[in-house]
Amino acid sequence: MSRFLAAIRRLAIEAAGTVAIAILCVLPAAAAVDVQRVVSPGGIEAWLVEDHTTPVISVSIAFRGGAALDPPGKEGLAEMVSTLLDEGAGDLDSTAFQQRIADLALDYGFDANRDSFNGSMRTLTEHRDAAFELLGLSLSAPRFDSDAVERMRAQLLARLARDANDPGNIARRVWWSTVFPDHPYGRPTEGTPESLRAITIDDLRGFVGRRFGLDNLEIGVVGDIDAATLGPLLDKTFGKLPRSVEPYELPEAVFRSPGAVVVVERDVPQSVVLFGHDAVKRDDPDFYAAAVLNYILGGGGFSSRLMTEVREKRGLAYSVATYLSTLDFAGLIVGQVATQNARVAESLEIIRREWSRMREEGPTEQELADAKTYLIGSYPLRMTTTSSLADVLTAIQLEDLPIDYMEKRTAYFEAVTMDDVRRVARRLLHPDRLVAVVVGKPEGVTPTQDPPDGAI
Amino acid sequence: MSLIAQVLKGRRATGALAAASLAGALMTAPAVSARAEVFNPDSFTLENGLQVVVVENHRAPVVTHMIWYKVGSADEPPGKSGIAHFLEHLMFKGTETVPPGQFSEQVARVGGNENAFTTDDYTAYFQTVAVEHLELMMKLEADRMANLRLTDEIVLPERDVILEERRQRVENDPSSELQEVARATLFLHHPYGIPTIGWAHEIERLTTEDAIAFYDRWYAPNNAIVVISGDVTAEQVRPLAEKYYGAIPRRAVPERLRVQEPPPLAPRRVELASPRVQQPSWRRSYQAPSHNRGNTEHAYPLEVLAEILGGGPTSRLYRSLVVDQGVASGISAWYRPNAVDLTTFGIAAIPRPGRSVDELEAALEAELAALLADGVTEAEVAAAKTVLTAEAIKARDSLSGPARVIGAALATGRTLEDVEAWPDRIRAVTVDQIKAAARAVLVPAASVTAVLLPEETS
Repeated sequence: MSRFLAAIRRLAIEAAGTVAIAILCVLPAAAAVDVQRVVSPGGIEAWLVEDHTTPVISVSIAFRGGAALDPPGKEGLAEMVSTLLDEGAGDLDSTAFQQRIADLALDYGFDANRDSFNGSMRTLTEHRDAAFELLGLSLSAPRFDSDAVERMRAQLLARLARDANDPGNIARRVWWSTVFPDHPYGRPTEGTPESLRAITIDDLRGFVGRRFGLDNLEIGVVGDIDAATLGPLLDKTFGKLPRSVEPYELPEAVFRSPGAVVVVERDVPQSVVLFGHDAVKRDDPDFYAAAVLNYILGGGGFSSRLMTEVREKRGLAYSVATYLSTLDFAGLIVGQVATQNARVAESLEIIRREWSRMREEGPTEQELADAKTYLIGSYPLRMTTTSSLADVLTAIQLEDLPIDYMEKRTAYFEAVTMDDVRRVARRLLHPDRLVAVVVGKPEGVTPTQDPPDGAI
Repeated sequence: MSLIAQVLKGRRATGALAAASLAGALMTAPAVSARAEVFNPDSFTLENGLQVVVVENHRAPVVTHMIWYKVGSADEPPGKSGIAHFLEHLMFKGTETVPPGQFSEQVARVGGNENAFTTDDYTAYFQTVAVEHLELMMKLEADRMANLRLTDEIVLPERDVILEERRQRVENDPSSELQEVARATLFLHHPYGIPTIGWAHEIERLTTEDAIAFYDRWYAPNNAIVVISGDVTAEQVRPLAEKYYGAIPRRAVPERLRVQEPPPLAPRRVELASPRVQQPSWRRSYQAPSHNRGNTEHAYPLEVLAEILGGGPTSRLYRSLVVDQGVASGISAWYRPNAVDLTTFGIAAIPRPGRSVDELEAALEAELAALLADGVTEAEVAAAKTVLTAEAIKARDSLSGPARVIGAALATGRTLEDVEAWPDRIRAVTVDQIKAAARAVLVPAASVTAVLLPEETS
């Protein structure tokens, strides 16, 4: 049995153990998860799950600090860097670098979010050393040649132009800028046409210099490689990065809105609505209860209360869902729904009503039990590919969770009680504080404030 | 999936956007390919005609369970567009013994994920669960194959849901609206010209009786394939399949007789200018042979050709139009060989800011002319084969991937041997075959060119 298999088997058995409460059958006790902490001779740490089922290796990396650190007027900087790390590095110009990726048949890419800058690579085992070498070049010697920079700038501008009239995209931009008017989280991670045009090659180099350091890096590796092989490879791949980079600090993003309805008029048949307010951060002791609460209210696929009330009973939308957004400096609960203009007011009213009902009454015992079994039991399904498990390993490290988190997670959810969820419902759910941004031609929806200047 | 999401960068990237795009692609065009040493599937057929395929993957104690019905939107009666997809939604609405909503609740209660999708040619339902719940999934899935119960009370709100889905996918997005028109223009007569989700004015009139009639006509064990991928063996699956699916009697299912296209005589062009558009885009689709219809010998060469022309940042068109000439900011090409009837070969591009669609189109036409005159090089063919055959190995690094590849092939008339032989057949493609395929298929008269433009405002 591979180590990976053992790890996942353990997770699934835990899940089944909880299900057993519901279906009254007995399951065997579980074995231990084996995520290995690999430290290279040079002192670089990575978390590894070995799995030799398929001759592939996936690597996931993350540097702390993302688009929220884009300098004012240079929004989109982190995003632009993410498009350029495979556009030439070391002795390889863009064409040569891309040819290497193709010759080695790599999956290879980077992306930036508000809090971190991420990369991932998947290679066949036969190309392992060359693939890691390429990754090292991308991170330690990106070229930022001007022709490649202009090409990627053009692509990002094209994407902005495409999204400029997309109702969902408008709703997101306006929502974030409405709830965080004075915080970097309120600014668009993808930039604006003006900010993208203002970004210089020095800006790109500056981002890499400020963020790409070993004290700021998390690494997850999964697949057909063992610890003894990975150790030296870590030094070769990441050893040229500086030992440390400047720390950064952002203020907490305080949610001050007293609740609002913002309407952005667009000539579309269906209004898209983004709604939500402040909630918990990932390190909040109530996080697990909040995750259960969110699942029952709007996070749970076809079975959530919002899905039942908005879609199943009334046919008001194809999808309605909420999620917890746990950022480094803010915690939010956010949802989205899309309903024809004539009935969007009805959808909003139902969402507010369900928000209140959950706050006042909490869930039923059955809903609580079902939410816990789902949240525990579905976790292993996120890890059926090497790349998705590598991403999980990196995400766990970014959250400063322990290496045995995957084992402990089950117990954290099992410990959530009805009292916890009721208490957290009263703490978190505030229908009067909902900020709803409606993009479309909604009938019967009265705006309470305008979109912020420059948000659209 | 929007056109631009598809053509931007054109790289196998890993960001959230790329992941979303890939997911979208899977819902409409399973493109991952198989390899003999990869899947090693086991298969057996029940007495009632249901085929069962098992792909072992013992990495984790998890399985993906899929059922594929050999019926899609191209099999709908005239005037009932959207009924195949509507029925797909209604399959979650209850049976004699499982009340409405209970199917999904039972899957969620065991920590499972599930969904379904409909295309022109097939309709598929799937769940991914811990392996000990496979039996429950088979029990539930077999139950709704035979015992669906529908009433107006639950059907009519779901029809509203579908109209919202159509607004979300099509009517709120000019790029999707244009794509719908382009496809209807490419297929003058064949039902592939009708959108799978249906025309709005016909969806509005679909009834409970329409759904039941379609279900009774097509949903039978002898018209279905069950594919299970994960921590099980065929020996373990067989008794469960016999117990649940085997109990459903075989029924007569009609042949899939669709009207066929007349010979294409004239190039077509559709343009949509809208105030809702800022970013212009260009897309061309050619009627192309599939593995089943037309000159089928071109199918494998066309797969290699699509990779050469627009498979990523090293592809011929990307290098020429995006890197060297700077006339485009993104480009892609695609071909989907699995179809019951004809299929399409497509190229899409967006102009670089400051360059016009006309300049872009002229540059593309020049590249296509060069392709038809000179063909492709040995080096290009070798590079494309490297990427394609590596994709086949990577397809094993997934639970649902193999089930999707196999289901899509079998539901469109391919065999497991075809799936297993895919890498060998790709490796066997020659420069001459690609040139012949390009000349046979990239014919203006068999094409539609769709251009999306911002509306001029004074």
